[in-house]
Amino acid sequence: MDITINLTDGVPIYRQIVNQVKYLVASGLLRPGEELPPIRTLALQLKVTPNTIVKAYGELEISGVIHKRQGSGTFVSEGRPQQVALRERRRVIEQRIDGLLAEAHQLNFTAEEVLRMVRERKAAMDESTAAPAEVRKELSR
Amino acid sequence: MEQSVVDVKDLSRSFGDKTALDRVSFRATAGQVYGLVGSNGAGKTTLLKHLLGLLRPTTGSVRIFGLDPVRDPVGALGRIGYLSEEHELPEWMRIDELMRYTQAFHPTWDAAYARELLETFALDPSSKVKDLSKGMRAQTGLIAAVAHRPELLILDEPSSGLDAVVRRDILDAIVRAVADDGRTVIFSSHLLDEVERMSDHVTMIHQGRVTLSGALDDVRGSYQRSRVHFVDHLDRAPVLDTALAMDGGGRSWTVIHSGPIEQFRRSAGARGGEIVESRDATLEEIFLARAGRSRQHTEVA
Repeated sequence: MDITINLTDGVPIYRQIVNQVKYLVASGLLRPGEELPPIRTLALQLKVTPNTIVKAYGELEISGVIHKRQGSGTFVSEGRPQQVALRERRRVIEQRIDGLLAEAHQLNFTAEEVLRMVRERKAAMDESTAAPAEVRKELSR
Repeated sequence: MEQSVVDVKDLSRSFGDKTALDRVSFRATAGQVYGLVGSNGAGKTTLLKHLLGLLRPTTGSVRIFGLDPVRDPVGALGRIGYLSEEHELPEWMRIDELMRYTQAFHPTWDAAYARELLETFALDPSSKVKDLSKGMRAQTGLIAAVAHRPELLILDEPSSGLDAVVRRDILDAIVRAVADDGRTVIFSSHLLDEVERMSDHVTMIHQGRVTLSGALDDVRGSYQRSRVHFVDHLDRAPVLDTALAMDGGGRSWTVIHSGPIEQFRRSAGARGGEIVESRDATLEEIFLARAGRSRQHTEVA
C-alpha cells in the first residue's frame, strides 16, 4: 500500500494514514474486498509505532471504509460511499462549528447571536453574489 | 486503574553537589512506546539506569511491575531487556557463547527468535565480540536484549552512531515487540523524527527535570507554529503572550506558541501583527523552543 508520511506539515501521523487510505479507496486504487496490510507489516513499512496503525485502522473502521474479519485480516468495505461521505462531511463541519462556538464564547457572543450572524452573513453573501442560478442553488443546499 | 509497567514518583538523584534528576515522575503502561528526548547530559541515561536498579534514588521511588528494582533485581531485571548506548558486551566471548550465557539468566529465552535474528543480521556465531564492528555489536546486543521476549524493552540512544541498516533493525525490533507481544518499550533518542514516528508518548527532560510529557498527538496538538506579519519593522523579537520561541526579523516572524490561539492572536494584534499561517508544530520545533526558553513555563494541556 503506497502511503507516505510527512513529518513537517503538522498533521498527526495516524490522520495522514486515514486520509491516504480514504483517498486510495475513493480513487479506486484500493478496491472493495481488497485486503489491507496487517498492522505489523504496515508499521514496519512506514517505520511508525504499531499503535498508530491501530488508531488509523480503528478510525477507518468506524467511518465504514474498512472492516475486520475475525482471524483473517482487514478489508476494504463494499459500497455505501454515500453514507460514509455524509458522516465524514458532517464531522468536518462539526469540527469547524466547535471551533467557532469556542471562539464566540471567548469573545462574549451567545450561540443565539452566532446563529443570527451566520444568517446575516449568508444573506449578505447571497445578495452580493451575481452567480448563475444553478451555482446559487448549490450554495443554498 | 491499569497496572503500571513503570511508575517513577518524584525521583531525585544527585552526584556530589550536582543534581542529575530533580523530582522526576514518569509512568508507562503496557503495550505502549515511550520516547525520551533531551540534550546530552539532561538526565535521560540516569533515569533509565534507575529503572534498571543500577542507581539508587536519593529521594522518591521507582517501581517496575510494582517491584523495587534495587531491592529485587532478579524479579525486575528478568522481565526487562536492555540495550545500552555503548553496547557494552563481554569482549572475550564468542557470539554463540554470549547467547548461551544470556539464555541462562532467562527462562523465557526464545532460541528460534535468536537464531532468526542472527541469520537476518548475517552474524557469524563463532565471531569474537571484540572483533565486531560497531553495527554488529549493536545487532548482537539487540538480540541479547530481545530474545527472551521481555515485558519491558529499554533502549538508551539505540541509533547513536549507527548506519541506516542497523537503525532499521532496531526499529524493526521495537515494532515486533509491540505488535507481536504487546510489550512496552522505552527508548531515548536525539533523533526527533525517529521519536516522532516510533513513540506513542513523549517525555522531554531538560537539566534533570521533566519539562513536557504526554501522548505524542496531544503534545503536538498543543503547540502551534505561526507566521506573523507586523505593520511595523521590528528590530527585536516582540514579547507576545503564549509565545515560546521566535525566529525572523523585520516585519515577518515565525513563532512557536502554545495555549489558546485567540490569546496569541490578540497579543500579536496589539503589536500590529497578523497571523498569516498556522499549523501544529513538529516535535523538533517544540523541542528547540522548550530547550531554548525553559524559564518560561507554559504547560501542556
